[in-house]
Amino acid sequence: MTADPQHNPARPEFEADLVDAGVIGDVERPLTVVERVVNNEAVQRLTILVAIIVIWELYARWLDNALLFPTFTETVKTFSKDIANGVLIDRTLTSLRTLALGYVFGLALAALLTTFAVASGIGTRILSTLTAMFNPLPAIALLPLALIWFGLGTPSLVFVIIHSVLWAVALNTLIGFRSVPETLRMSGRNLGLKGARYVGLILIPAAFPSILAGLKIGWAFAWRTLVAAELVFGVSSRSGGIGWYIFEARNDLDTATVFSGLLAVILIGLIVESVIFRALEARTVNLWGMQR
Amino acid sequence: MTSTLLDVSGVTLQYKTPRHLVTATYRVDFSVHQGDRYVILGPSGCGKSTLLKAVGGFMLPVEGSIRIRGREIDSPGPDRMMVFQEFEQLMPWKTVYQNVLFPMKVTRKFASAEAAARADAIIEKVGLAKFRDVYPHMLSGGMKMRVAIARAMALEPDILLMDEPFAALDALTRRTMQQELLSLWDQLRFTVLFVTHSIEEAIIVGSRILVLSPHPGRVRAELDAGDLDHNSIGKAEFGALSKRIHQLLFGDDHKHPAPEGARA
Repeated sequence: MTADPQHNPARPEFEADLVDAGVIGDVERPLTVVERVVNNEAVQRLTILVAIIVIWELYARWLDNALLFPTFTETVKTFSKDIANGVLIDRTLTSLRTLALGYVFGLALAALLTTFAVASGIGTRILSTLTAMFNPLPAIALLPLALIWFGLGTPSLVFVIIHSVLWAVALNTLIGFRSVPETLRMSGRNLGLKGARYVGLILIPAAFPSILAGLKIGWAFAWRTLVAAELVFGVSSRSGGIGWYIFEARNDLDTATVFSGLLAVILIGLIVESVIFRALEARTVNLWGMQR
Repeated sequence: MTSTLLDVSGVTLQYKTPRHLVTATYRVDFSVHQGDRYVILGPSGCGKSTLLKAVGGFMLPVEGSIRIRGREIDSPGPDRMMVFQEFEQLMPWKTVYQNVLFPMKVTRKFASAEAAARADAIIEKVGLAKFRDVYPHMLSGGMKMRVAIARAMALEPDILLMDEPFAALDALTRRTMQQELLSLWDQLRFTVLFVTHSIEEAIIVGSRILVLSPHPGRVRAELDAGDLDHNSIGKAEFGALSKRIHQLLFGDDHKHPAPEGARA
């Protein structure tokens, strides 16, 4: 334990007067307006959108072939024309109605299946097996079968939408339920909670991040499946959906209208994702600190 | 004394892991009286947490009986509120106030106006009035623990079950929490069953200490810790008790009896 003064010299103790830190100003100061604007997510997203639009417009003008690639301005013109004369709105509403029907049925079935699954071990096994079988099966692949069973029309569409929603939501909910911390489960059971009250008051809120992810995936699957299905057999009864709108326009080689249909599909996706689901997240999982 | 609140007699606990059947405790006897700060102390593997879970009603003994106020325990219930080591016991989707209110609401033990008043009072008492409407993820570990204790206390359970509640805290916070628990006990005189592996904590927190030996957990001793607290840490009494427990747990002069026979 002999300290070598050469390498480990005795160090004197000291106390220091605090250095004046006044020069850096307030310890906590608000960011400047520019800093805040640059950091704003909405501003960043908007910038990306504008960049994409500019590239689109420039490329289309350089290509100069409206049949292959109409310009942004032309697309917007067609889009606003069809909005104004109500065609696009009508088609979109038709699609959304079918979608809502399938989505709600899908969610109800998912709720039923997962409740059954959490209630018993065999239920869990059944659900795991079913999801493993059907989740990878593209909903659109069931369309021919649906047409044989339900004929040309809304029931077939609803059937494939249910298929696309059900497994994604059920799988996520089940995963969410399983990952609820043991401590939280025990503190729920400690209060004597059982059955539906236990699921409703403990499991569902605790698994909400996962459930919400399932709802989002389910929505995206459903929307995709619907548009694709409409493209395949298009019109049902009197009015077709947005897929049919695109399909018709393609038959007429009206590429600008095809683009405007795609634009509508994208816009609805964006609105649902960044308005509805974002608001839901802000009020729940973000507020609760369960997700950043 | 006729104030036996919890009576554990001849309790053997076993649980299954995917590969083994584990015997956690073997024929453990002890009884907790009203107002006790009863500590179960032992090294890891002595089944102390399992014992607490059994008192909580989360598992049933394979042998022996656990009775509270003479009634056999067969399921979890709000008369035995658990406070866990992990911080996840608070519901992240509820504010501090809602978390404290929740047990009173679901058990319907108090009328809603009374429950609200009680929740506010106990939050005030644990010093979290400022954080009443804050969600748990914004609280520090010590604060979460206080909320957990507050919500258990608000329900006025027969007994509070605490499973190493301060183990995950830093040393300074742990000390504060121990003191707070003691001062809360001074005010309210509740009964608490407290599990720990720290000899020091056992002496400070407990009024009565049950020493368990491991593999499987068997009763080694039951000692009186009286009124020793932080202020007595340097005192001879404290040192002597600490040394005695140390001897009981680790002493070489003692041969562990086999689980079969000997101790019935």
